[in-house]
Formats: sequence, C-alpha cells, structure tokens
Amino acid sequence: MRYAETGYNLDIDLSSGNVEKVETDPALTELHLGGLGTNARLLWDRVPPETDPLAPENLLIFGAGLLAGTPAPGANRTIVTTYSPQTLLMAYSMMGGFFAPEMKHAGFDKIIFSGRSPELVYVWINNDQVEIRDASHLQGKGVVETEELLKQELEDHDIQIASIGLAGENQVYYASIEHARSSASRAGIGAVMGSKNLKAVAVRGSKDVNIAKPNQFIELCNEALDYIQWRAENPVQHVPPILAGLGSPQEMAIHDEAWHTTAFSWGNARYRRKEFWSEEVEEEWSQVQDGAVQRLISCYNCPMKCGAIIAYPTLELSKYMMKCYSKLTYVMGAMVDNLEFGFRIAGLAQGYGVDSYTAPQVMAFAIELYEDGILTDEDLPDFPPDNEGRFFYLLEKIVHREGIGDVLANGVYWAARQIGKGAEAYDSNTIKKHEQIPIKLGMLNPIFFLMHSTGEKINITQIEGQLPQAPFPNKEDREEFVKDWFQAPSENIKDFFVKWEPRGDYAFPYFPDFQTACELVEWQETMHYIDDSTGICAGLSSFPIKPPYHIHNLPTLISAATGLDVDKERLWDKITRRNRSLLRAINSRRGLRRKDDKPPEDHWKKRFPEYEAQLLDEYYKFKGWNEDGVPTRETLRSLDLDDIGEDLEKRGIYANGQEDENS
Amino acid sequence: MPMAKKTKTVKVINIDLEKCNGCRACEVICSAFHASERYSLNNPARSRIRMIRKPLEDIYLPVYAGEYTAAECMGRDKYIIDGREYDECDFCRASCPSRNAFKEPDSGLPLKCDMCEDDPPQEEPLCVKWCLSDALTYEEREEEVDDEEEEQEQDLEQEEMERGLKALADQYGLDNVAGIMARMLKKE
Repeated sequence: MRYAETGYNLDIDLSSGNVEKVETDPALTELHLGGLGTNARLLWDRVPPETDPLAPENLLIFGAGLLAGTPAPGANRTIVTTYSPQTLLMAYSMMGGFFAPEMKHAGFDKIIFSGRSPELVYVWINNDQVEIRDASHLQGKGVVETEELLKQELEDHDIQIASIGLAGENQVYYASIEHARSSASRAGIGAVMGSKNLKAVAVRGSKDVNIAKPNQFIELCNEALDYIQWRAENPVQHVPPILAGLGSPQEMAIHDEAWHTTAFSWGNARYRRKEFWSEEVEEEWSQVQDGAVQRLISCYNCPMKCGAIIAYPTLELSKYMMKCYSKLTYVMGAMVDNLEFGFRIAGLAQGYGVDSYTAPQVMAFAIELYEDGILTDEDLPDFPPDNEGRFFYLLEKIVHREGIGDVLANGVYWAARQIGKGAEAYDSNTIKKHEQIPIKLGMLNPIFFLMHSTGEKINITQIEGQLPQAPFPNKEDREEFVKDWFQAPSENIKDFFVKWEPRGDYAFPYFPDFQTACELVEWQETMHYIDDSTGICAGLSSFPIKPPYHIHNLPTLISAATGLDVDKERLWDKITRRNRSLLRAINSRRGLRRKDDKPPEDHWKKRFPEYEAQLLDEYYKFKGWNEDGVPTRETLRSLDLDDIGEDLEKRGIYANGQEDENS
Repeated sequence: MPMAKKTKTVKVINIDLEKCNGCRACEVICSAFHASERYSLNNPARSRIRMIRKPLEDIYLPVYAGEYTAAECMGRDKYIIDGREYDECDFCRASCPSRNAFKEPDSGLPLKCDMCEDDPPQEEPLCVKWCLSDALTYEEREEEVDDEEEEQEQDLEQEEMERGLKALADQYGLDNVAGIMARMLKKE
C-alpha cells in the first residue's frame, strides 16, 4: 500500500484524447517527495529544453502536494508546473483551496496534460472515470461563472474546479489558473492551459488517503492545531500587525494597512507615499472593507481565514472570493486612494483570470508610457482621463488582446521591447522578465539580494519567510524573541538575530558574514521547497514568523504520513538540496546564467557591485554550483542526479564555467 | 414513595452557521477517527458529518448523519432563511436512497454520528475539537428519565440493529446476509 500518496498519475494527451492511469515509482517519492519535486523531475524527463512554452509539447502538470489530503492541517496545495511563456523558464505557481485533496481522493497524485485539444474542452475526473468534454459553451466565460456552470452541469456542488478565464484563453502571459478562493497565478501558467485549449478541470473523488503511522501522525496534527490556537492569542511583538499572526497576511480581516501602503511603492513601482496612512484613510477604508467582506473563509482543513467572500453593491460581478494583497495591488498600481475601486477591479480581473501582482504593474507601466508620450492617443484611443477609468480600459484591452493590449498582454519586459522608443527604461521592476512585488528600499540587504537574485520561484514572498524583515532596535526585545524561537534551524541563526541591529557594525550590508548569509538564505528557501513538495501552505509553515510547522517537526510529520525514514539531515541535505539543484539545472538547460541572477536595478538605492558579486560567488559555492550559477557535475552526482549532470555536460552548458577550465 | 429519578446525559453539538469558515476539518477528523485502524486514513466521503458548502450563496451548513431510511421523501421543500435558499435535503440527517451522503463509499452501508464514543471517552466529539472557528461547540446536560423511557431506549437499540441488518439486506440481498450470519454462528 502507498501512504500519503496515491501512487498513480493521470496522463492526458489532449491532442489524441488518450487517457492513461500510470502507476508511479515509489523510488521517486524517496528522492523528491511529491508536488514540486516530482513535477520537476517529470518536466526534465519529458519536455525537451528547446520547447516553446505555448507549443503542444509543453506539459502542464497539476501536482498535489505529498501530504495534501492527509489530516495535516493546511496541507492542501496544488503545485502547477510547466514552462512559462513569460520567463521562458520553469514556472511552478501554486494554489490552495480544495483541489489537491480532491485529486488525491479521486486517486491521483498528479494530472499531467500534454498536447493540444483541437477544440476548447474541459476534463471531468470522477474517481476512475475520466472524460474530455466539449467546453464551447464556456468559451469567454469568467472563472466564477465557469465553476458555477460546471457544478450545475455535473449536478454536484462538491466537485472542485480549476479553470481559466478569457485571459488564459487568449494566452495572456500573466493569465492565472483560478480555483475557488485560490489561484495559481504567477508566470503565465494560465496561458499554457489556454494554449492546450483546456478551459477547466473538474475533480471529484471518494477514495482513501492512507497514513503509515496513524497515532504518531495525528499527535503531530493536534500539536500543530494547539500551537495555532496559542499563536492566535500570542501575536509576535515588534512587527507590523499584518505580519504578527499566522497565515497569509490577514488582509481580509485586518484594517491596518499602514505597512503595505507606506513601505511599498505605488504606480509603476516608483513612488513611496510615506505619509499616506492616516486616521481618516483608516476609517474610510475600514468601512469599505467591512461593507465588502461578507465572510472570512478558509482552504481545505485549515483554521486560518486568509480569504473572504466579497459582495459589494457596486461590483461588476455579483460576488467573488479574494485573498491577501490583491485588495491593494490595483489601488496602489493606479495610484488612487479609493479602496472600493480595488474591490471592484479585482473582482473583474479575477473573473478574466489575470495575476493580481503583474496585471496592475503592466497597467501602471502603460500609463507612465502614455504620460511621457511614448504611447499616444493612437495606441490608446478614447483613453479615459482618470486612472480608475484607465485601469478598467487597459484590463479589457489586455484580456481581449486588442490593439495595444496585444502587446501589453506579454508583460512589462516583452511589451517594453516591442514598443521600443525608450520604453525599456520603464521596465523598472522585473526579475528574469517577471514583475516583482513593488518594493524599493534604501540599504542593500544581502540576504534578500541573494533570494531575489537566485530564487527559482522569481517571487520573493515564496522564497522568504520566518525571519522578521527588519532588526528589532532593542537588544532586550531581540533576546526575548529568541527565547521561544524553537523554529530556528541553529544556534548560529539565533545569534545572528540577537546581534542584528539597524545601524553600526552589526547592520547591513556587511553583516552578517558570508557563511551566515548563505545559511539564512538556504534555511528560508529550504522551508519553501519542503512546503512546495508536501503541499503544506506556506502560511502555516515557511512564510510567517514562528509557525506551527518547522524544520524540527516536519521530518517526523512526513515520516509518519508516508512511512519513509526522513530525518532533518535527509530532508534538508539530501531531498531539498536535490530538488533545489534539480530546478536550477532545469533552468540552466533553458539558458539561465549568472547574468540573469539580479534584482531590479533600483530595488535598493545603495548598491555595492563588488560585494554583490562576492555574495553571489559565495552562495554558488555554498550550493555546489559553478561560478556561472550552474550546479556542478559533482554536486549533481552527490545528489543522485548524475544523469542530469551528464546531460548538462553533453549540451556544453559547463563550457563557460569553472569545471571546464579545470578539466 | 417516589423513587430517586434516574438521569441520562444528553450530548449536544451547537452549530453556529455564521462562524463556519468552510474548511471541512470536521469531515477530515471524523473520517480519520472512524477508520477501522484509528486515524489510518482520511476520506471525507466516509465522514459522519458533511459540509454543505455553497460559498457564493454564503451557505455553510455542517450536517450530522442520523438514522437510515429505506424510503425517499415524497416532497422536496425549499427553505429560505435570511435570504439563503436551502433544499430540505440539506438539513436532513438521514442516509437514504435519494443521495450518496452518509453512506460508506465502498459498501453503501449507512453511516451515523456516534459523538465519537470512545473508551476512555473523548473530551468532546473530534469535529468540535478540530473546529477552531467555534462554529461547532459541545455541551452535555443531564435529563431525567423514567423507567418507561429507559425501556423505550432499549427498544430503540433493538430497532436500530434491525435497521442496520435491513440496510445490509437491501444492499446485498437477504439470502446473502442470512448465509453470512449462518457461517458466523457456526464459527462461534
């Protein structure tokens, strides 16, 4: 019997309509766990590196996390993996909700789509019964409506659906895949789904997910729940309220947005409004929010309430579900002070299925180009005078790929180069062609420099975590903080935190030492790699400060669920390093090199080119990668990935690196 | 002379629909607890509590499995409560032929909430324990019973057993069930 996982993948070739249930090799679980790890291996094995992401040869893999569908609270994530049309690299956007557990109950760890359907279809998976069905009646429909129509059509309100909107159908490079209150929205995976002519996937299952060591496992689940309750009553001190608790930042429940609105940039990631937040704004925004939020809601088997049902009298759509920061991204991108606008446009945009990080930045970019005369009335006929109107206008153009919208639909990087006339200079906030969270800061942060530069996720909120974002000014507070910081991986990390100060010898950029900086980065990304493989939500694990799941209890949880013998060393040094270097190798094979490992030019005002180069050198060495950022043959061999090292060598990818010079 | 009245413990789960966040943890822990090897699996389809979840209609309704019934209802009424439209079936606790709820997915046998009866007893039913939103809360109260009631309760137990057997017979045929019973008797 297989534990935690089902042991089967569902392989669907949309070109031929061939459907196969494939038993998986348990050895792959031992090597990579599940979710992201095994998705990555499949992508490496089955998609040649020269594949155009929007070609039928690309795969679109829905991978349920290894623990999704077990009773572990918060284990519900679906990791969607493919090649991105925007970055041209591997994309592994993820979503919470109810989809992954339903896949498991239907009997599948992964649903793998290949090929391209001749007509728009949806796939209906009801346990072992799989049908590819006509979706012509869903063409152009919003995702909320699509879900409702499918539930009616299939006469079951408990089916779980992942779908694309018009943006995905039109292959917008930042189209999302939407599901209930969640979305896998980064790097344009919705465009890949659109390129396959796949409108939706509907799943329903009634099979068991088995646990290897039931008593030990449930004890750990109960401990996590107890700690979640304790943390609700004991928020972390000395950090903004929005970061003091567990879950995603609690933006549906909390009104205090001082931190986001004053620390993050507005417009095309350019302007800080340090004085924006005031009592009047707080009062007005609280009223709007309380009027819009009908109920706080959760993902599968999770007590956190990070999402909300939004119902607002002026909404273009009657109702939708929202989470986290999307409440602010359009408001801040449009530089308007009106939160109601945020709720209105976010609902519309979600219906179309676009990424709420990227879309507002592309629109803000377009407005800047217009204001500076690079885009003209010819490009933007009847362009409204106000930014709210302009955002609605641009959203329509983009999702329909109409006029200039056809260019803007490719994201800031590609649009800037297609538009030319100096538009490249307005591409101020991308890494590896992908729009980033709009933060512009003063002093270089060496830890975040490495995470922004090298993270394969290309999205800082899915790389960082558990570490307060700034030092506490008082030493007593820092000492107090580490007293019950049992989540910290080592004494060295605790020592770092106690020493870390806003100014002086123990401040950025030259503090901490290289070794500690590398350790801090590796710890943070390791925790995310574990979550992305187990399907545990980062909101209970790798993201918030002092979470219920951490490096000291996750190995036992994984062992108890799966029956594998996983301890901290094996989980961190072997499995996670293996998955980390596998992802790097996949991207190396797609052409990623050191020159691409950099943050946006103006992310920090104070930059230190030589020191930054040293940081990268040290980090690559720490990871066992060569000076071009490619995992060495030896590193890959030590991680049981020698076939991958051999492939990189054959393709001449080491040619410019250290290894070649030595040999 | 009046005898000292006997009492019985009435177990009550209070359900506050406004507090429910729709996470289905109640279904998860219920199915895990009632697995033949305790906690050895998760499968909400085996749960004795089910969430009626229609987020966009703001319907979040946990319902507990009650008695088995062999017959469908004649009518299907609609209830409109605070502007939300519920099907009569939504509230119904019965395992019945008209729907899949509250039946073992493999055997089709009816499921019924037993308040997580256990030895030693659990502090509270586990769905309540796992509901951190407090949509489900638990209380016990003592009620007086007279002899007649006690007898009735014993009758009820008998009836319940009969109903269980009847369900098996409906599912597999009376002959089959009788055959198995006969074999079991022989072994004894």
